[in-house]
Amino acid sequence: MSDASYLDHANAARIAPRIAVAAPSDYFRLLKPRVMSLVVLTALAGILLAPVPPHPLIAFAALLSIAVGAGASGALNMWYDADIDAVMSRTAQRPIPAGRMEPESALAFGLVLSMLSVFTLGFATNWLAAALLAFTIFFYVAIYTMWLKRTTPQNIVIGGAAGALPPMVGYAAAMGDVSLASVVLFAIIFVWTPPHFWALALMKHDDYGRAGIPMMPNARGTDRTRREILVYSILLAPLGAAPWLMGFASPVYGVISIVAGAYLLWLAAQVYLKREGDAARRASLRLFLFSISYLFLLFLIIVGERALQLAGIV
Amino acid sequence: MSIEQQDKAAPPDGVVLTPEQEKNRRARNIAIGITVALLAVLFYAVTLVKLGGAVANRQI
Repeated sequence: MSDASYLDHANAARIAPRIAVAAPSDYFRLLKPRVMSLVVLTALAGILLAPVPPHPLIAFAALLSIAVGAGASGALNMWYDADIDAVMSRTAQRPIPAGRMEPESALAFGLVLSMLSVFTLGFATNWLAAALLAFTIFFYVAIYTMWLKRTTPQNIVIGGAAGALPPMVGYAAAMGDVSLASVVLFAIIFVWTPPHFWALALMKHDDYGRAGIPMMPNARGTDRTRREILVYSILLAPLGAAPWLMGFASPVYGVISIVAGAYLLWLAAQVYLKREGDAARRASLRLFLFSISYLFLLFLIIVGERALQLAGIV
Repeated sequence: MSIEQQDKAAPPDGVVLTPEQEKNRRARNIAIGITVALLAVLFYAVTLVKLGGAVANRQI
């Protein structure tokens, strides 16, 4: 057995140096895997939009680099926000506030993965895509996390650009430039972000208030938040159908996006109308959950249609 | 604190990790090893794809 065998556990714990107890799973949690899954899907849509998609292995390397780059942003976000994560119930169990990891470990992990992902994307595809990925990481960490998040209720509106960039990075990785179609996908995610996060903020505004984050419900009140959720949803519903209107998605996508967009709008209207008690909370929760399915659905159809086209099935 | 003073202040048995620290350090090391190996394979494969099939048909 190890050197610790001649010490009882309590004694070993007392004199053990400050070496992290973090397991690989804690490092994986730093990457925000649920966010990463959405990034993978949206970046894949960008790659497949290319008139001539790259070799499958190059596409895989690009997708992996973009996913790891997004994960690196998450790790750097958790390093910087460890103080506010500790006072919010939703984030208190993250590795740093839970005491399983030193903040410096998360910082080093995030920086190494950032450099590795950007370099790998540049090597495997082209340096425009790598530059866009580097900008995405910079925007999320420096502009959103360090600057906007704690200073303005427009934090997630402007910061949403970072989450919206993966389709453009994916398209750039495939083609070496930026197309109008990839900008449309960017716009869909960008306009989707405010109703999605503000629905969450309406439910968790006590948490955000405790942490001193000026989310829209805390800084401008819940009435204005409900109004803005409705406005962004009115913009999002037709924008979601734009890929069909512009000809890079099928009529099937068009019908589904219109129906899903109309339902999202109805849920946003419920959030606007129901302002008190449990009904208000339920309306926010339903909008929050459906908004995730909505975005997954749209991008899943785009990816599925292009995959079938490339396979020669349709 | 000088190095000699640090040596005197150090526990007599040297650095001793708790069983949990040891277990997780080993798991981290294995994860890093696997990641680096996969990265090497990925770079090798991407290089082959980028060079293309006619790489051997070059003038020497």
